[in-house]
Amino acid sequence: MKHTISVYCDDTPGVLTRISGLFSRRGFNIESMSVGHTEIPGKSRFTIVVKGDDNVLEQVRKQLQKLIHVIRAWDIKPQLSVEREHALLKLKVEEDKRGELLQIITAVQARIIDSTEDIWILEVTGNSSMVDNAFNLFKNYNILESIRTGKIALERGSVLNAR
Amino acid sequence: MKKGKTTGARALIKALESRGVEYIFGYPGGATLPLYDELAKSSIKHILARHEQGAAHMADGYARASGKVGVCMATSGPGATNLVTGIATAFMDSSPIIAITGQVPRAMIGNDAFQEVDTTGITIPITKHNYLVKRASELPATIEEAFYLASTGRKGPVLIDIPSDVQKEEFHLQEVKRKPLEGYKPTITGHPGQIRRAIQQIKASKRPLILAGGGIFHADATDELIELAESGNFPIVYTLMGKASIPNSHRLCFGMIGYHGRVEANTAISEADTIVAIGVRFSNRSTGKLQNFATQASIIHIDIDPAEIGKNVPATLPIVGDAKHILAELTKQLKKSNIDGSKHEEWILHLASVRKKHPLRGRMEGVNTPNIIRKLKEVAGDIILVTDVGKHQMFAAHYFPVDTPRSFLTSGGLGTMGFSVPAAIGAKVARPDKKVAVIAGDGSFFMTSQQIASAVQYNIPVLILIMNDYCLGMIHQLQDVLYGKRYNACDLERIVDYAKLAESMGAVGIRVTEEKDIESAISKGLESERPVVIDFILEEKENAYPMVVGDTLLDILE
Repeated sequence: MKHTISVYCDDTPGVLTRISGLFSRRGFNIESMSVGHTEIPGKSRFTIVVKGDDNVLEQVRKQLQKLIHVIRAWDIKPQLSVEREHALLKLKVEEDKRGELLQIITAVQARIIDSTEDIWILEVTGNSSMVDNAFNLFKNYNILESIRTGKIALERGSVLNAR
Repeated sequence: MKKGKTTGARALIKALESRGVEYIFGYPGGATLPLYDELAKSSIKHILARHEQGAAHMADGYARASGKVGVCMATSGPGATNLVTGIATAFMDSSPIIAITGQVPRAMIGNDAFQEVDTTGITIPITKHNYLVKRASELPATIEEAFYLASTGRKGPVLIDIPSDVQKEEFHLQEVKRKPLEGYKPTITGHPGQIRRAIQQIKASKRPLILAGGGIFHADATDELIELAESGNFPIVYTLMGKASIPNSHRLCFGMIGYHGRVEANTAISEADTIVAIGVRFSNRSTGKLQNFATQASIIHIDIDPAEIGKNVPATLPIVGDAKHILAELTKQLKKSNIDGSKHEEWILHLASVRKKHPLRGRMEGVNTPNIIRKLKEVAGDIILVTDVGKHQMFAAHYFPVDTPRSFLTSGGLGTMGFSVPAAIGAKVARPDKKVAVIAGDGSFFMTSQQIASAVQYNIPVLILIMNDYCLGMIHQLQDVLYGKRYNACDLERIVDYAKLAESMGAVGIRVTEEKDIESAISKGLESERPVVIDFILEEKENAYPMVVGDTLLDILE
């Protein structure tokens, strides 16, 4: 079972090491992790996807909360939140596949953000399953390389857990 | 230096002075020389250890014996890595210490400079928090924050790593104020609703039991614990770390639980219907197989660290907060609810009858560990006993009843051999009014025995009793019981004369081979103004029982 944890913390040197180290040290598996600044100077926010049952989730959350620079760590419920993931794919485009590819790009709402010679870089954004879906469709073509960010998620409406 | 300016080193030492620090246990090196230069001008006394591990254990022993924060100091690189065992020991037992380490100059960090190591990286998993101080002006606030973190909430070690050029850097005082810690707000008072529910559960219980852990002494909650137990006539058992949380001779006290627990204590755990567990983390040495632990009980778990609730054993009713406060509140409300403690008398008599049927079977004659420990208690009375780790530690837990809090110091969590001698030195520095004795095996004693030279140098009279069977006793016991007597790598052979070793360092060394000399040697040791080492040459390799050998706490060898 996958859980999404949001961590609101001070943006200090080493905070990433403290958080990621805690996972490996306590035997928790990270599925994905993404981090960036927030609108408040000096504060960062992580979105971490972990595998495990409810007990594991609760233990992860409490251990995160113990870190001095973690202001709050909480579980994000999928039905009450929106989530996004971002991916870039570099494709070698064969002349006879160009039409098919353009159709798929439209279907999955991807964008061509670069084309150099016969190589395109596509951008895909959506929730995790939308990005999975796009990868599935493109995998029959010549993917040269690809990269995905981890998931980021925010609760809908007036829920403001970070404050 | 210009007027109004100070240096990092001076600011650090001043900050320590203003926090009331009296002693630093340390070992200098290239990267801490600016600190030592300032320390020489300070009222703080420096105890020069003989290895940095010892310095950390000394600070730890000081903290455990006094409740105050212990301070240790080491240089960069190997100095810092030598501290690691001591810091980890303090971390596992939630002991409040501050470790100050030197670091290579800022410009060299990351260059693999001479004596450079990533100290903060290495110590993240074994500290409550740590700092790499990049500007001298941050030092005063950092020290204040470090003491606050080490000594509040769930206590623990905090490390401050200071590059040598930061120690020398000049800055204007009154520059930086400590920012509030948004992410650190320990819960002190227990939730009133949870306390009310606990009262209901305790009152409904037929076979209630209190399980006391190390959290009791960290919270200085012994009086509150005894009051709670007496208010409702509840029996108490303890973990190794909780041994000194109640006078062991108390009518309601039924001994230590766990892997080497007493039969009556493990019976109490297995038969209780409600367990009030306070300041325990349900370590595997206390619980045995988790699925068989306290199967009949619902557990009220009281701890200051919310992450301990449900970590190993599910709690039916958690109460997060300070044990001292919560126990006082529970007692108050129980008394108000007119609880009838006499209905537990049958349960208590039952446990007492189990105890009667299962007396300790250690050798109470000859030069044998149980006999020596018993005689130490008879002669010495209420002292601080510091144990090392191994067979003698379990004997000490059973055969040395303690009367007062903070009088039984032991490395329970990490199980660090070599803890006892330096921890005892720290304890004696903290409590000069009390006699401090060490029980160690010959293996564990020899791991840090060089620290006796520090005790001699600073006239710190500790009494060290070596249970010498020329053997790593616990390894021998485990190979005996679990590995078909295939003894390997546990024989230390008759090589070292520990009495002579002690004499060579200026301590008193006594060797005892006959029973008639045990008491007089102990008396002499207690009266001495110098450190004393008594090398007891044991008659036999005696196993430490009880010992759990099966899947439940009652599958026990006696």
